[in-house]
Amino acid sequence: MSSTWAERPEWGPCPADGVLSEDEQGTTITIPPVTDTSLIDPGVLANVLSAALAHGGDMAEVFAEDSTSASATLDDRRIEELSSGRSRGAGIRVVAGETTGFAHTSDLSEKGLLAAAAAAASVARDGGGTVRTVAMQLGPLTAHGRGDKTLPSSVSKSVKLDLLVRADEAARAAGGAISQVQVGCGDSRRRILIANSDGLLAEDDQVRTRFSVVCVANGDTGMQTGHESLARTEGYEIFQRHNVEDVARAAAQRALAKLAARPAPSGEVPIVLAGGSGGILFHEACGHGLEADHILKDASVYTGQMGQLVASPLVTLVDDGTVLGEWGNFAVDDEGNAPARNVLIENGVLTDYMWDWLRARKEGRASSGNGRRQSYKHLPMVRMTNTYLLAGSENADEIVAQTPKGVYVSKLGGGQVNTTTGDFVFGTTEAYLIEDGHITVPLRDANLIGNGPEVLRRIDAVADDFDMTPGTCGKDGQSVPVGCGQATLRITGVTLGGTA
Amino acid sequence: MELATAVVEQAQPGEGMEVYVARGTDNEVRAYDGAVESLTSADSAGVGIRIVLDGPHGEGSRLGFAWAGSLDPDVVQAALSDARDNARYATPDPDVVLAAPDGFAAVEQDLWDEGVITTPLEDKIALALELERATRGADPRVRQVSSADYSDGRVEVALASTTGIRSTSRRTTAFLSVDAIAGEGADSQTGTGFSVGRSPTALDPDEAKDDAVLRSTRLLGAQKARSGRCTVVFDPRVVSSLLSVVASALSGEAVVKGRSFFAGRIGETVANAAVTLTDDPTDGRAFSASAYDGEGLACRRNVLISDGVLRMFVYDTVSARRAQTRSTGSAVRGGFSGTPSAGCRALVLTPGQLGADDILEMVGDGLYVQSVTGMHSGVNPVSGDFSVGAEGLMIRGGSLAEPVREVTVASSLQRMLQSVVGIGGDLRWLPGVAAGQTLAIADMQLSGD
Repeated sequence: MSSTWAERPEWGPCPADGVLSEDEQGTTITIPPVTDTSLIDPGVLANVLSAALAHGGDMAEVFAEDSTSASATLDDRRIEELSSGRSRGAGIRVVAGETTGFAHTSDLSEKGLLAAAAAAASVARDGGGTVRTVAMQLGPLTAHGRGDKTLPSSVSKSVKLDLLVRADEAARAAGGAISQVQVGCGDSRRRILIANSDGLLAEDDQVRTRFSVVCVANGDTGMQTGHESLARTEGYEIFQRHNVEDVARAAAQRALAKLAARPAPSGEVPIVLAGGSGGILFHEACGHGLEADHILKDASVYTGQMGQLVASPLVTLVDDGTVLGEWGNFAVDDEGNAPARNVLIENGVLTDYMWDWLRARKEGRASSGNGRRQSYKHLPMVRMTNTYLLAGSENADEIVAQTPKGVYVSKLGGGQVNTTTGDFVFGTTEAYLIEDGHITVPLRDANLIGNGPEVLRRIDAVADDFDMTPGTCGKDGQSVPVGCGQATLRITGVTLGGTA
Repeated sequence: MELATAVVEQAQPGEGMEVYVARGTDNEVRAYDGAVESLTSADSAGVGIRIVLDGPHGEGSRLGFAWAGSLDPDVVQAALSDARDNARYATPDPDVVLAAPDGFAAVEQDLWDEGVITTPLEDKIALALELERATRGADPRVRQVSSADYSDGRVEVALASTTGIRSTSRRTTAFLSVDAIAGEGADSQTGTGFSVGRSPTALDPDEAKDDAVLRSTRLLGAQKARSGRCTVVFDPRVVSSLLSVVASALSGEAVVKGRSFFAGRIGETVANAAVTLTDDPTDGRAFSASAYDGEGLACRRNVLISDGVLRMFVYDTVSARRAQTRSTGSAVRGGFSGTPSAGCRALVLTPGQLGADDILEMVGDGLYVQSVTGMHSGVNPVSGDFSVGAEGLMIRGGSLAEPVREVTVASSLQRMLQSVVGIGGDLRWLPGVAAGQTLAIADMQLSGD
């Protein structure tokens, strides 16, 4: 019921490349087109799906995954740990009426898959369904054509470690008060294959790369922390466009700025949220509440609100898994459906929820491409992808200048929501007082608390400086990579949980 | 253990190796609206391998790690060569060593209950269905039960190293939980209840149901409260999560790396004199009890704060060497895909004499907090800043009064430890790294209207 956003884009428990080619330069290669034989043979798929429906059932699905990852950490001036990992397996789902049976196995042989299919099928035993034989009418293969990218596994470990060292040096050079620096980089490649008894067959090859820096600054008032990260659904080419020194300096500046921080105010205040991480507001205030699984269980404050004004007319909110390279981007979701640009709220009016296969079926409609899962060991459910507020037309500086008194939040770190009540929190990791239209003294970290629909109605200005931020979304024990975004905006009043 | 030792025997001369092997089975039943919504069963297994190589010039050792979610021989071999390769790139460090037996005898724990295996699946399904039905019928104001779950698991772990570590452990767990939604008019409130044990027969469905119903219904009609300073009484579950944040500042690793507000304060008064905080995984009542730590050393009882004075931190082998001390048997690791780090496993705040009602009476006026949100976004274990979303009930005249929502409570962890004014005797063993009891903390800032 409670769902969270965490600032650090981290890996779930699926990592590393089994085969590491040691090319010192890091060559750019084209990912070979995924083929229908890459993870499981089609003939085997048909047999397994048939076995899964041996006791009846409405739908059977095989989700196979081969995931590798690598990470490296520099901490306390030392390259402390290089880690690599590999996870490979399949999850088999059988849906019979309102009941889902699920089993997973790390054995991708026909024998292993048939055993998992039998376990998943056992739930359908009492369903009285008829036995079906699945002849795989293979649908069009959804392949991922993202062109050239530098596979992280083709990049030398020395090249990766050099990035860590450069970031460490840049962070420490940002100020003498920086007392500790931790730098992490990680990459993953996740190949998935989804086949179901409706004839769907889809594959994707998802490559993600992340880089993060956490600094501690030490001053008269104690220690403060600053964090910054870069994370994209891309290969190592991201480091051609992004400078790790910039990431490091941003983290360091954040920690240094807070050394002079005062306790944050307590009580309701006007808030100006800077573009980028402020999108966490929408992830929590309405994103989770617009997921159809909560809606269908009447466990969301947005149930029954379709067509109603649920936010300020300045709010047009989109969830969009198609934004190439963003952290929540993919070619097919974890049920084999293509992502889409789904408009959830248009000019303040609720226009749609987000759907996976199971919940869409109940309503007799199509999935919106929001069926996702952490790994083959998990059932899919409705999840966000990249959720963002469309930019407005105002100038960010003018919004601040027109705010006599309030708090300017330049970075949010995370949040949590109770979808049933709509109450949510989101935490600042860099914030300042606004006095007479000017950004003044830094404030210590605090959570803000509000109620989704109430806060969305209080948005009275949206600027044109759109930006996005990556994060990790947690729901029902599963973590998935997501993006969020917005432009600078103002909320006329939110409760700030400071001590002053 | 055979697999772990077989891999360790492949160690090359001059190479240190530690192999962690885990194998487990999990089942989960989710009930909704009188039927089984989903049923999951799965076996999983994996291996994590750490390699320690001497640096090229005798300036210390280098560590590499690799893991695989499979025990297939070819996959394990690939992980081994990945770990070796990874070790070549680490910075040589004289403090990097594998744990070696340190003479402490393990306190064996009986954490395995065959009931998880022998109980028929039908009975487990019945537990979830019955919990859902009972919760729906418990109070006319319960308008929805969004899920009722039964889950169990069993895991066996073996650890072997070239330094002579050989440990095996196994445990079972069983868990029942239910999410209730109470409604009255347009108002909806939620409450979660659960029961934990080592087997399905040890679970108490009524405990889960009663907790979910009480927590959801008593919040109906909740409003924001007025901002101000007050004494806050925390529910045992919240105290358990509070202690787990304090635990991260008591990690020797955080201390040696300058990421703990406790650093350099050993021997100082860091809490009210009533506070004694112990990490004791040898206490079999703790859900997270364990005979061995994440490096295969015996777990032991460590008194971290006594009578308000900071006595020690918890260490794994590497952080202990950095701090020029010995491991406290406190390595924790997140399964086969994680490496060991220093952490608490079974924290207990020594219970006081007062019951929960006595504490409310003693406090007189204040806020009772039954649940918090944003522990990850508003609590900073480095700076100590503390600000969380809260819901609960006002305390007036020593009793629970009107319900409150959409407020925050804030202070700093340092100040909160000093401001403990009441420790309940109502200790509850909870899942996670800490037990909890009712706890009163004075002078916190409540933010609302």
